[in-house]
Amino acid sequence: MAELFHRKLERTAIGFVVAIIAAASVGGLVEIAPLFTIHTTVEEAPDMRLYTPLELAGRNIYVREGCYACHSQMIRTLRDEVERYGPYSLAVESKYDHPMLWGSKRTGPDLARIGGKYSDFWHVAHLTNPRSVVPESNMPAYSFLARTALDTEDLSRHLRAQRSLGVPYTDEMIANAAGDAFGQAAPDSPFAAGVTQRYGEKTQVSAFDGVVTQLTEMDALVAYLQVLGRLTDAAYSNTAVPEQAPNPTN
Amino acid sequence: MVQQLTTGERQNALVILVAVFVAGVAMAAAGGSDPLGVHGVIVLLFGGGLAALVMRSYYEPEPTQDRPSHYYDDPIKVGIALTLAWAIFGMFMGVWTAAQLAWPDLAFDAGWSTFGRLRPTHTTGVIFGFGGNALIATSFHVVQRTSRARLAGQISPWFVLLGFNLFCILAVTGYFMGVTQSKEYAEAEWYADLWLVVVWVTYFVLFLRTIARRKEPHIYVANWYYMAFIVVVAILHIVNNLAIPVSFGQAKSYTVWAGVQDSMVQWWYGHNAVAFFLTAGFLAMLYYYLPVRAQRPIFSYRLSILSFWGITFFYMWAGSHHLHYTALPHWVQNLGMTFSVMLLVPSWASAGNALLTLNGAWQKVRDDATLRFIFVAVVFYGLSTFEGSFLAIRPVNALSHYTDWTVGHVHAGALGWVAFITFGSIYTLVPSLWKRERMYSPVLVEVHFWLGVAGTLIYVFAMWNSGILQGLMWRTYTQEGTLAYSFLDSLVAMYPYYIARAFGGLLFLIGAMVAAFNIWMTVRAVPATLDRRADVPDTGLAPGAAATPAE
Repeated sequence: MAELFHRKLERTAIGFVVAIIAAASVGGLVEIAPLFTIHTTVEEAPDMRLYTPLELAGRNIYVREGCYACHSQMIRTLRDEVERYGPYSLAVESKYDHPMLWGSKRTGPDLARIGGKYSDFWHVAHLTNPRSVVPESNMPAYSFLARTALDTEDLSRHLRAQRSLGVPYTDEMIANAAGDAFGQAAPDSPFAAGVTQRYGEKTQVSAFDGVVTQLTEMDALVAYLQVLGRLTDAAYSNTAVPEQAPNPTN
Repeated sequence: MVQQLTTGERQNALVILVAVFVAGVAMAAAGGSDPLGVHGVIVLLFGGGLAALVMRSYYEPEPTQDRPSHYYDDPIKVGIALTLAWAIFGMFMGVWTAAQLAWPDLAFDAGWSTFGRLRPTHTTGVIFGFGGNALIATSFHVVQRTSRARLAGQISPWFVLLGFNLFCILAVTGYFMGVTQSKEYAEAEWYADLWLVVVWVTYFVLFLRTIARRKEPHIYVANWYYMAFIVVVAILHIVNNLAIPVSFGQAKSYTVWAGVQDSMVQWWYGHNAVAFFLTAGFLAMLYYYLPVRAQRPIFSYRLSILSFWGITFFYMWAGSHHLHYTALPHWVQNLGMTFSVMLLVPSWASAGNALLTLNGAWQKVRDDATLRFIFVAVVFYGLSTFEGSFLAIRPVNALSHYTDWTVGHVHAGALGWVAFITFGSIYTLVPSLWKRERMYSPVLVEVHFWLGVAGTLIYVFAMWNSGILQGLMWRTYTQEGTLAYSFLDSLVAMYPYYIARAFGGLLFLIGAMVAAFNIWMTVRAVPATLDRRADVPDTGLAPGAAATPAE
C-alpha cells in the first residue's frame, strides 16, 4: 500500500517537492518557533546593559577576525567548566547579540567571562604578540589592530540597525555614538562622562591601548573583551548546581 | 561553449552579463572604500570578462538543427573543471590553516592571513566550491541521463553554474577582507546571500523543468535527493541569513536573530547544511554512479524510500545536538539528541543498500580503483553517521564538544565520504562525458586512491586522539578536588597531533592534484573513441539507447 502510494508520488515532480517541504519543515518549526513564545527561554535580567558603541565596534572586529572559530562564549552547565571559567552562561546574557557568538570549538579557552580577568595592558600585549606573554600559544598576532584607526563615523548607523532589530538603543545613544566611542577610551576627555551616564556607572572607561590621542581598533577590541560576562550579574545570582559529567577517570 | 548557443541566446547572455556588469558598477560606486566597493569591482570584472568571452565567439556559426537530440554537456564539463580548481584551492587553504595551528607564525603577521580569516576560505572553498560545483555538474548529468531528456534551458545552466561560482568568489574574497556574518558555513554577507537566492531559484526551476521533460514515468531515486538538496538548502539559506545591512553602501549587516534563538537557527542551518548539502546531494551521486560503475541495479527500492524520507524528516530535528549543556532549553537539546540517534536508521539503510548493491561485484571493487573510491565512501558514510549519532548523545557530547573530536568527525565525513564519492563519480563521469574510452592513467587513479585513504586515516586518527585527550584533560581532577590541568597544558599536548593532521591533509591535497592532472590529460591526450550515438536523449525520433540504472 505504502509502496503503491510512493509509486504514484514518484510520477509527479510538484507533488514530490511539496512532500519534501512538508517533511522537512516539521523539525525546525517545533524546535525554533517555541523559543520565541515560551518566555522562560530567556531569563529576566533587569540590570542588563547594552554594548557601548566602542564595545559594539570591538565586537564587530571580533567577528571580522573570526575569533569565534577558536574561542567559545558559552560556559556549559558542567562542573569542570564552571570551575574553570565561572558561572555557566545564561540565555539572557546574549539576548542582544546579533549574531550570537557561542562558538563551537575551543582551540583557545572560553571567553564568556574573560572581562575583568586580565588588565588592559595584558590584553594589548597578548593581542600584539600572544607568544610574548604565553610562549606556548598558537594564536595569531594581531599587532595591526593597534596601528589601525577605528572608524567611528558610521557607528550611529550601526546602533540604528541594531535598534531596528529590537536592541533598545535610545535616540540619545544613537546621536552620540561616535563621541561615546572616543570618550570611553579617553577618561580625561569631556566625552567620557556621557558614556557612564548613558550606559551605566559600571561601564569601563579607560585608555585601553594606553594611547588616548588616537582611537584604534585595539581600543575597541579590548573594550569588548573587558565587557564579556559583565553586561549583567544574573549568572552570579543563579543558584542551580551544575551537572557532574560522567567521568571515566575517577 | 558559446557555439552551442543561437544568436538570440547569445544576445540574451550578453544582456544578463551586462546587467551583472552594471550591478558591479553600482556596488563599486555605493561601496567606495568599503569592502562592498571591492566586491563591486570583482562583480563588474566577472560580468565584463564573461561578456568579452561571449563577444569573441559572437559571430561564429550557429549550432546545427539537431541540437535538441544531444545532451547538454558543456556546462557539466566546465563544472568539473571548476570542481577540481576549488578542490585544490580549498584543500590548500585547509593545509595552510592546519599548519598555522602547529606553527602560528605562518600567518606572517598580516591581517588577511590569520587563522580566523582563512578558516572560512577553507570551509567555503571545499563545501561550496568543491562540493557545490560537483553537485551542480553531476546533477546536470544525472537528471539528463535518468530522464533521457536534454536540460530545459540553454542559458540557465550557465547562469546557475557561473552564478554559483560568483557567489563562492564573493564569499571567499570577502573573508580575506574580514567580511563575514560569523555564522558558520553561512559566512557570506547579505548581498552575496541575495545573489545566491536568485541563482538557486533558477536552479530549482531548471531542474524541475528538466524533470518535467522526462521520458520515464517515474522520477529516479538520485533525482529525489537532488530535489531535496535544492529545495531544503533554499529554505535553510533564506531563514538563517535574514539580516539588516548597516547601509546599502556597506558590506556589514546584523542578523535578525539574537542570542539563544540565533544559536538554534544557526545550528538548524548548520547541521542541515551537512544533511542536505553534504549528504542528500552526494547520496544522489551514489544512487547513480554506483550502479553505473558496478553495472548492477540498486539492491532495494524499498530501502531507498525508507532512507530518503527518514533522512528528509529526521535530520531537520538534529541540529540542537550542537548545543548540549548550553543556555538552549533542555527540551530542545533532548529532541535533538533523540532524533540524532534515530537518524542512524535511515543512514545505515542507505549505506547498507549501497553495500548490498556491491554484493556480487567484489572482484570489481578489488580491481577497479574508481569503484573502490565509491566503496570506501560508503564505508566512511556508515562510520561517520554512526559517530554522528554517538556524539549527539548528551554525556558523550559533554566530552567531545568544543574539542578536535568534532573536527575529526566532520573530516571523516568530508574526506572519507563526500570527497571520495565525488572523486569516484568524477572518474566514472569524465571518460563518458568526453567520450574517452578510459582515464589517461589508471595507475594515477590508484595513487590518488591510496593518498586519499592514507590522508584521511592520518587526519581522523590524529583528531580522535587530540580531541579525546583534550576533553579528558579539561575535566580531570586531582586527588584534592581541583582541576588537574590548565587550559594551556591541554594546548601544549595538542601540538604533535596538529602536525600529524596537517600532514594527513597534505597527502589528501596531493591526491586531489594528481586527480586534476589525470583528468586534464584524459581530456587532452586520450583519443575520443566512444560512440556518441549511444548517449543521446529520447526525442521520440532517435532510438532511446541511453543507459539508465534500474530502480
